Amino acid sequence: MSDSNVTVTKAAAPPGQAAFHLSINNPVVRAILAQLGVALAVALVAWYLVGNTMDNLARLSIASGFGFLDREAGFQIGETLIEFGPQDHYSTAFLVGILNTLKVSGIGILLATLLGVVLGIARLSSNWLVARIAAFYVETVRNVPLLLQLFLWYGLLTEGLPGPRQALSPLPGIFLSNRGLKLPAPADDPIWAWVAALFGLGVILTLVITAWNAKRQAATGKRLSMLPIGLGLILGLPLSVLLASGGGAIDMPVLQGFNFRGGMTLSPEFAALLFGLVIYTAAFIGEIVRSGILAVPKGQTEAATALGLTRGQVLRLVVLPQALRVIIPPTTSQFLNLTKNSSLAVAIGYPDFVSIANTTINQTGQAVEGVLAIMAAYLVISLSLSFLMNWYNSRVALVER
Amino acid sequence: MSVTETTHDRAAPIRPNQGPVAWARANLFSTWYNALLTLLIGWLLVRAIPGIIDWALIKASWTGDAAACREAGGACWAFLAEKWRFILFGTFPDDQHWRPTLAILSMIGTLIISADRRFWGRALIYIWTVGIGFSALMMFGGVLGLDYVPTDLWGGLPLTLALSIVGLVASFPLGVLLALGRTSDLPVMRGLSVVYIELVRGVPLISILFMASVMLPLFLPAGVSIDKVLRALIGICLFSAAYVAEVVRAGLQAIPKGQVEAAKALGLGYWQRQRLIILPQALSLVIPPLVNSFIASFKDTSLVIVIGLLDLLSTAKAALTDPAWRGFYKEAYLFVGVIYVLFCYALSRYSRYLESVLGQGRRR
Repeated sequence: MSDSNVTVTKAAAPPGQAAFHLSINNPVVRAILAQLGVALAVALVAWYLVGNTMDNLARLSIASGFGFLDREAGFQIGETLIEFGPQDHYSTAFLVGILNTLKVSGIGILLATLLGVVLGIARLSSNWLVARIAAFYVETVRNVPLLLQLFLWYGLLTEGLPGPRQALSPLPGIFLSNRGLKLPAPADDPIWAWVAALFGLGVILTLVITAWNAKRQAATGKRLSMLPIGLGLILGLPLSVLLASGGGAIDMPVLQGFNFRGGMTLSPEFAALLFGLVIYTAAFIGEIVRSGILAVPKGQTEAATALGLTRGQVLRLVVLPQALRVIIPPTTSQFLNLTKNSSLAVAIGYPDFVSIANTTINQTGQAVEGVLAIMAAYLVISLSLSFLMNWYNSRVALVER
Repeated sequence: MSVTETTHDRAAPIRPNQGPVAWARANLFSTWYNALLTLLIGWLLVRAIPGIIDWALIKASWTGDAAACREAGGACWAFLAEKWRFILFGTFPDDQHWRPTLAILSMIGTLIISADRRFWGRALIYIWTVGIGFSALMMFGGVLGLDYVPTDLWGGLPLTLALSIVGLVASFPLGVLLALGRTSDLPVMRGLSVVYIELVRGVPLISILFMASVMLPLFLPAGVSIDKVLRALIGICLFSAAYVAEVVRAGLQAIPKGQVEAAKALGLGYWQRQRLIILPQALSLVIPPLVNSFIASFKDTSLVIVIGLLDLLSTAKAALTDPAWRGFYKEAYLFVGVIYVLFCYALSRYSRYLESVLGQGRRR
């Protein structure tokens, strides 16, 4: 087999190319020369810039390298997911920043997807008022810079709200003041661990039963309605245990002096950043969802209805799988945009990674290392997120013939 | 459904939906959940709109000082009356405000003229040279008896416009080169372009701006310094080049392979092929998405606040720090927001119009 291949190649090659001419007119030589030239030019520019940087750093007597990471940070961070104090090292501060970035982007992606799907469907609604309002929302929000929206939200959440003593309380236990949003939180009580474990168990059981149900439907044509089963397992199981034990202890926020104690806090910085990111990104996701749904030909819906599928089944089994293929790739880049946009936190004082790296640069003067750390962190986040979404996309795409 | 009903339905002539009642029935109350939604939204609107009108018009103060505004309790348009010049022009010398005004008009005029397809072609180069040159003359001054105004005094709308327009135009050549590199057969060119594009698109603009502001001075030999506006401009260019490259690449990939082969058969070299055959077709395909990148970069210029430039958003924020006028952030952000919406909305409508007009020849 390899023999025949070789003969074909030989026969196909024009006689002129059999001998290699070392001439400037030979396209191969030209290609190699051009590439060498470009590589050399890039290397020269890089060498020049690095050389200058080294000279400048030496002149300013700034030690280069990441040695500063082991030094004491000496600043306080307002919001942390892990323990952090001024005596901790810069490396811990960076970790706190990355976790804060991941926290706001993770929650943001989840909420923006939900709101975006609602918006996309609302713009296609047969209700004129709903469609108009969704269109107005999308057109306005997309055309205003995110930073402006963040400033506005931050202003509304700090200056626009009363102090803790006059806090708004839309529901008992929930307080909205210029110190942030206070929510009741589960107190230190073993029952909550049980509830969480049962919730997880419910999710796993639901997934198993769904898989079994699909297999059974393929074999026998019969299927159970999954909605009551899923709801019962995921919500009913933990709730019934909670009620049976007489309810777990709840840590309620209480006004004491000039501020609240207890409960869970959503700081104004975090809330403003989250609202801004969610509201801005949802407008873009809404447009993607709308175009995805419109991309599914009407005949598909009609054919599915003719087969006797219910409205929900048509949406779930026919329209959505096809729409998802159009929706997922651009939505991935919106998720990436949201993550990158979370760096605007630095402008309203939420301690995300960029803001902590910025503080570090200002304190230590390690500008090159700080900027490199920011870029590396975001590259890692972006690449892993796009890897994850590509994997999901390939799974969805496999459904296609 | 019984048989008689069906015949009855058929016998009735189909009336065209006319009149507000029929319209409301079809568009607002078609099903029970639509009716419910309509009522819910209607109730919310009825609750919200009077409050907004009350704030914006009835209780608003149009003149007077901050104390009068706080007393009235509504919107403080007097704040904008006091600060609009600062928000629009930043710290540009007060008696010279006619110059940034002319610069803004000239930049907007250039954009409007270039939007007209009759001028597309070589004429655009002259129009842009004159329009942007005139704006630069107005902003810098220093000749013809105009005082020289250094860039650290620039601010507000002219700075925002200059950063976004110059940023996009200057990033365009680099973007096209990167797109050509990414679609090239030569591994070195392709590798360098891919690394650059993916690297830049993977990091936030803020980090590039930080780099431009703190690392650029380190890159240059000792004693050479470049001013802040130019640094921001370099950062914006490097950033948007990667995005322009991806847009142009989409255009390059949409050109059928036969075009390249035909050009090769005619004996055209690589650059001749790109310049005469491929790029004219590819670029005209991607004009609408390029307008969209311009919208994005127009909004993105607001990030220069983090490196201390006074663009339109920063001047609004700075106006709020005046101790005499604290707390009127809603008015300030509304004012700036309306300017942004006007520009971006006009551009996005234009992009949609172009898409439909340019797509006509290709549509089947």
